[in-house]
Amino acid sequence: MTRVNLALLILIACVASLPLFGGAYALRVGTIACMYAIFALSWNIVGGFAGYPSFATAAFFGFGAYATGILLNKGVPLSVAVIGSLVMCFLLATALGTVLLRLRGHYFAIASLSLVEVFRELVNNATDLTGGGMGLNIPLASGSGILADATFFFYAMWGLLLITAVVVMIVSASKLGFGLNCIRQNETASNMVGLNSTLYKSVAFGLSACFVGTAGGIYAAWVHYIDPSDVFDILYSVKPIVMALMGGLGSPLGVVCGAFVYLGLEEVVWRNYIQIHSGVLGVLIIMLLLFLPHGLISLRSGMFWRKAKHV
Amino acid sequence: MLAVQVLINALVLGCLYACIAIGFSLVWGVLNVINLIHGSFIVLGAYLAWSAYQWLGISPWYTLVIAAPLFFAFGYLLQQLLLNRVISAPVLVTLTLTFGLDLILNNAMIYYFKADYRKLTLSPPTGSISLFDVVVPVDRLIATASALALTGLLYLLLRRSKVGRAIVAVRLDRDAAVLMGVDVKSIYAIAFGLGAALAGCAGVLMALIFPISPLTSSAYLGKAFVVCVLGGLGSVSGALAGGLLLALVEGIGSTLIGPAHATTLSFVLLIIFLVVRPQGLLGRKGFE
Repeated sequence: MTRVNLALLILIACVASLPLFGGAYALRVGTIACMYAIFALSWNIVGGFAGYPSFATAAFFGFGAYATGILLNKGVPLSVAVIGSLVMCFLLATALGTVLLRLRGHYFAIASLSLVEVFRELVNNATDLTGGGMGLNIPLASGSGILADATFFFYAMWGLLLITAVVVMIVSASKLGFGLNCIRQNETASNMVGLNSTLYKSVAFGLSACFVGTAGGIYAAWVHYIDPSDVFDILYSVKPIVMALMGGLGSPLGVVCGAFVYLGLEEVVWRNYIQIHSGVLGVLIIMLLLFLPHGLISLRSGMFWRKAKHV
Repeated sequence: MLAVQVLINALVLGCLYACIAIGFSLVWGVLNVINLIHGSFIVLGAYLAWSAYQWLGISPWYTLVIAAPLFFAFGYLLQQLLLNRVISAPVLVTLTLTFGLDLILNNAMIYYFKADYRKLTLSPPTGSISLFDVVVPVDRLIATASALALTGLLYLLLRRSKVGRAIVAVRLDRDAAVLMGVDVKSIYAIAFGLGAALAGCAGVLMALIFPISPLTSSAYLGKAFVVCVLGGLGSVSGALAGGLLLALVEGIGSTLIGPAHATTLSFVLLIIFLVVRPQGLLGRKGFE
C-alpha cells in the first residue's frame, strides 16, 4: 500500500464522519460528494489510466438509475436491485466497449457522447416500461423518517465510494492497470508485444460503467423520481472530466480531491449566482485549463515540500 | 406521391444540415479540434436574425451579410486569444475548453433572451409552392438555396484563393505547410473564424424555419457531429453528402417508424458508420 493510496482511504474515512457534524443539508452535500467522487474515480479508469476520452458517464448513470427504478417498481428489494444494475451495467458496458473502443481519440469521444443521446431517446420512447417523458416514480424504500432515510442513503453512497476506491487501487496495482498504462502510452506497440488490448479496454470500460450505474441506482432510490432529461444529463459526463482535470489526471487521490473541490465550488456558485451558474462553471473550466493544466496534484511536488531528486 | 414529398423534404433539409455541419467540419478537419461551441454559434446567429427583424425591421437576407463578418471576427479573436494557447494539447483539453466556452455563451443567451421559444415570422408570409401534389414552403426553399450558395462560396474560397489553399495545405500536412512559410497559427484563426461565420449564417437561415431557443444548441451540435461522420471530415462535398444522407434517413425513418425514433435512428447510423466506415462516405482512408 503506497502513501498516496493510504491518504485516499483516510480522506474517504473522514467523509464518513460527516453525519456527526451537520443536519440534513450536510447529509445531502455529503451524498452528492460521494457520488461525484465515484464518477471521477470511475472515469479515471478509462480516461486517466487508458487515456480514452469517454463521455459515456451519463449514459450508464441513467441506465443504472432506470434499471434500479424499474426493478424497485416490480417489488424487488433495494439491495438486489442495486446489485442487479451493477451486473447489468458491467455486462452492457463491456459488450459496448468491444465495439466502441475500436475507435480512438475524437471518434471515441463522439461515439460515447452519442451513447448518452441514444439511451435517452430509447428511454423516452419506451413509455410502457419507463414512463417516457413523464418520468418514473420510485416507491419509498422505508417509512422510517426523513433524516434516517437520508443517513441511510448517505452511507449507501459512501460504501459504494469505498468499494470503488478499493477496486481502483487494486486495478492500478494489477496487471490490468499496467496494461492500461501501456495502452495509453502507445496502443499499437502494446498490441505488438502481445497485450490483448481489446480485452483490457473493454474490461476497463465495464469497470468504469458499473459503479457509475450503481450510483445511479442509489440516486434513483434516494430522490424517488427520475426522468430522462435529469439522469441522462450530458453534464454528468462532463463534470467527472472537469474533476479529473482539476485534481490531476490518472491519480486516484487527485481525482477524489478534484471531485470534492469541484462540489465545493459548485455549491458556492450555485448559491450566490443561480442565474449565471453554468457560465461561471465555464469560466472556471477555462481558467483551469489555461493556468493549471495538470491539476491540483501537480501543485504538490514543486511548491510545498521540495524533495531532493535522485539522479 | 408521399414518397416524392419525403424525398423533396429530405433534399431541402439535407442542404440545411450540410450548412450546419460545414463550419464544424472545417474546424475539425483543419485544427483537429471538436468545436463544441458550434451549436451555440448557430443559435446566436438565429437570435441576431430575430432581433434585427423584430427591433430594426431588417430582413434576414440582409442580416446574412452582417452576420458573416461579425461572427468571423468573433471566431478569429476566440482562436487567437484562447484556443491557440492549447492547440497542441491532447484532445481532451481542447474539447473541454470549447465546452467551457459553450457553457458561457449558452448561459449568456439564456440570461439575455430567456429560455422561451421564439419564432421569426416574416410579416407578409411567403406562402408555398405546390407542384402536382408536392408542397414546399417558399421560405424553406430560399433558405436551402442560400445554404447551397454559402456552401459553394466556401468551396470556391478553398479552391481559388490563396488563404483557401493555405488552409487546405495545413489540413493536409501541418509540418510541410510550416516549411512552406505558412503562418499556421493565423491560418488556424482564419479557419476558426470561417467556421464561426458559417455557423452564424446557418443560424440566420435556421431562424426562418425552426423555433429559436438556447436549448436547441445541443440538437444542432448533434446534427453537425452526425453529418461530419457520415460524410467524412473537412471536405465540402463530404458535408453535403452527409447532410443529404442524414436527412434522407431521418425522413424515411420518421415516415416508416414514427418521428419519435428519428434521433435514435440517426445516432445508431452514426455508431454504425464510426465502426464500419470511420472515414465517412467521401473520406479517404488513413487520412487524418
